[in-house]
Amino acid sequence: MARAIEIRTSPHLKRARTVEQIMRTVVLALLPICAFAVYQFGLSALLLLITTTGAALATEAFFARLSGQGNTLSDWSVVITGLLLGLTLPPGFPLWMAAVAAFVGVALGKALFGGLGYNVMNPALVGRAFVQAAFPVAITTWTPAFAPGRFAEPIPSTLTPPFMQPRPVGDWVAGLDLDAWTGATPLALQKFEQIELPLGETFAGMVAGSAGETSALLILLCGLWLAWKRMLDWRIPVSVMAGAALTALPFWLLDPQLYPSPWFVLCSGGLMLGAWFMASDMVASPVTATGAVLYGLFIGVLTLVIRLFGGLVEGVMYAILLANALGPLISDWTQPRVYGSGKKPRGAR
Amino acid sequence: MGLLNLFERPRTFAHGIYPIEHKALTADKPIRRLPFAPELVLPLAQHRGSPAQPGVRVGQEVVRGEPIARADGHISVPMHAPATGMVRQIGLAPTAEGPKAPAIRIKVYEGASQQVLFDLERDLDALDRASLIAAVQDAGLVGLGGATFPSHVKLIPPKGRWIDTVVVNGCECEPYLTCDHRIMLEQTAALIRGIRLVLRATGAERAIIGVEDNKLDALAHLRAALSAEPGISAEAVQTKYPQGAERMLILSLLGLEVPAGGLPADLGVAVYNVGTLAQMGELLPRGRGLIERVVTVSGPAVRRPGNFIVPIGTPVRFLLEQVGTTPELGEVILGGPMMGMAVASLDVPVTKGVSGVVALERADPDLAERKVYPCIKCGECVHACPVSLNPSLLGELAAAREYRVMAERYWLDQCFECGCCAYVCPSNIPLTQYFRIAKAINREHREAG
Repeated sequence: MARAIEIRTSPHLKRARTVEQIMRTVVLALLPICAFAVYQFGLSALLLLITTTGAALATEAFFARLSGQGNTLSDWSVVITGLLLGLTLPPGFPLWMAAVAAFVGVALGKALFGGLGYNVMNPALVGRAFVQAAFPVAITTWTPAFAPGRFAEPIPSTLTPPFMQPRPVGDWVAGLDLDAWTGATPLALQKFEQIELPLGETFAGMVAGSAGETSALLILLCGLWLAWKRMLDWRIPVSVMAGAALTALPFWLLDPQLYPSPWFVLCSGGLMLGAWFMASDMVASPVTATGAVLYGLFIGVLTLVIRLFGGLVEGVMYAILLANALGPLISDWTQPRVYGSGKKPRGAR
Repeated sequence: MGLLNLFERPRTFAHGIYPIEHKALTADKPIRRLPFAPELVLPLAQHRGSPAQPGVRVGQEVVRGEPIARADGHISVPMHAPATGMVRQIGLAPTAEGPKAPAIRIKVYEGASQQVLFDLERDLDALDRASLIAAVQDAGLVGLGGATFPSHVKLIPPKGRWIDTVVVNGCECEPYLTCDHRIMLEQTAALIRGIRLVLRATGAERAIIGVEDNKLDALAHLRAALSAEPGISAEAVQTKYPQGAERMLILSLLGLEVPAGGLPADLGVAVYNVGTLAQMGELLPRGRGLIERVVTVSGPAVRRPGNFIVPIGTPVRFLLEQVGTTPELGEVILGGPMMGMAVASLDVPVTKGVSGVVALERADPDLAERKVYPCIKCGECVHACPVSLNPSLLGELAAAREYRVMAERYWLDQCFECGCCAYVCPSNIPLTQYFRIAKAINREHREAG
């Protein structure tokens, strides 16, 4: 008892996950999706993911140094941003544009607000929104999945020199000699030509699309694992999916030829990836349980409104960004009634 | 016991946390008596309200059980000598709260008897309500669960109110603590006598004992004893922290919320800890004063953990010497580890409100020096807060020193510092401490006018 005893303030017990643990687990859950993206789109997808993650890390390190925050890479959050961004870009997206997207996402979407915890919107989506506006053609240039020789050489557009227009991929795709290739994603096929791809293909991910959004099944499994590990609030993805499916249902019942079926809606485009990995971003989503449900429903409904009635093919990104902005308000509105704050008359038992 | 579980759905409140209980260390250890420490330290302010006024002088001999300090007004209680000996000093002594405070030091005579010589047998049935309430004050009784609010004050409801229900708190939701568990098992008769006295003094119709369902043996034991006691029942409540907080237990058992800024009396309820009532049932019939209490001494740094009858004023150092500690002794907490207070010195005494002495080993440096991150809005604290505050937002307001906004718009004053938010926070933000500081600063501003 000669040694000095310690003094701390209560509570003297703590059993909580650490921020690093949460972020590392999310990264782990993203890895199978990244692996499938590489398997499906080859070298280009690999280079794309490396570029976005590398650029995101470099940007974070630069701004952390500038603001005197020290080493903020160790919390792993910026790795999530980098991987997610890569997964949302077309596989043949020029690497220099991907680096710009990562820089803008981390700089404007996160560092400017004060870093981890202070960002209003999902940084990966901020970056993607920027390049969507800046490079509208490159970001809608799709290449076929499972192209032969995809591990030998990248898609030509990938290695476009910085600040140059990407090389057209038309000749390269024609050289692949694929019968069924139309150059369109399942969403575009449905929207403009009313061709709904079979559920099996979109669910398993055997289609064109952004690098990591194609396999709804894989994303669902990884997301469920995260939810089971309690690293994301299951209410958010579930209500995003519910909001989207329920909005699609009446239209599909009215005209199944013109409008997509609810299951197609869930399995196509970025909906799964958005619902499980982007909308659920803790920092930018509401903290209350009811708030999480409202926020999810809002994203689901808005996505469908954009998809069905907007000029764009895909709406998940804008829906999430808008909902992110509303997050703090939703939290405030849905704050549960504080104990003792209500007027409960005596004898209410 | 399993059947009880099947047929009853334990009542509970929303949110809260489930810390590891660590109660198995002492739950089956019967209450044992400890010898007297050579010197007892009795702070004059062991209760809420005005400190007691010393009624002895230095050098005076005192007998175990003899009053040594008078109550100073209504919200105050007297003190009694826990052991026969001599008053050595009336002056400043270290307390758990930090600053030194006036205390009476008694040098205990070697070989002093454990027998209480200061007895005053009386017929309680002959007393009217006012005399009964006065008798409770004379016994020096305060809330032994840790709140230390003078017990007799709660027997008198505010004007225009009346007490119809007595809630008896047998939850003991803090990890490690088992003294109330043992009291319910071993001091059942005294406990029921105490409940009867409170029912009589308040005129309440019924009493409900709330017991967390990790103590079903105590619940079954109480129910057997209560079969011949109309008006008193025992109910299981879910094992969840902070079930034993007065306001949570009222919600769990009665479905009522104490209004913000109000008292349980506003609902017609008075809440007493089982330990308090067992002491009341023990002391009042013989006109004695509170001179000892049951304390759980436990924790990883304790060699022989147990439940002990400890004379009030026993220095923590003496208590730990009796049970033995490991060389890794790191932190000593008075009360439970969730809401208790770490002591800076082992010379502080066990006072009336100390239900446990928990000795933890030196904290894992990883945990002690865990980095504090910005809030990542994970919402864990929001889902843990038993009074449904938004600790995440309050924490950011506290960091920005917006203390008044916290109180005026976000119900800061409803926080009772249970510690759930800080317990679950992945960013390791000291939320509970932030709120403690915010409340203290607001209090100072209010007092400054």
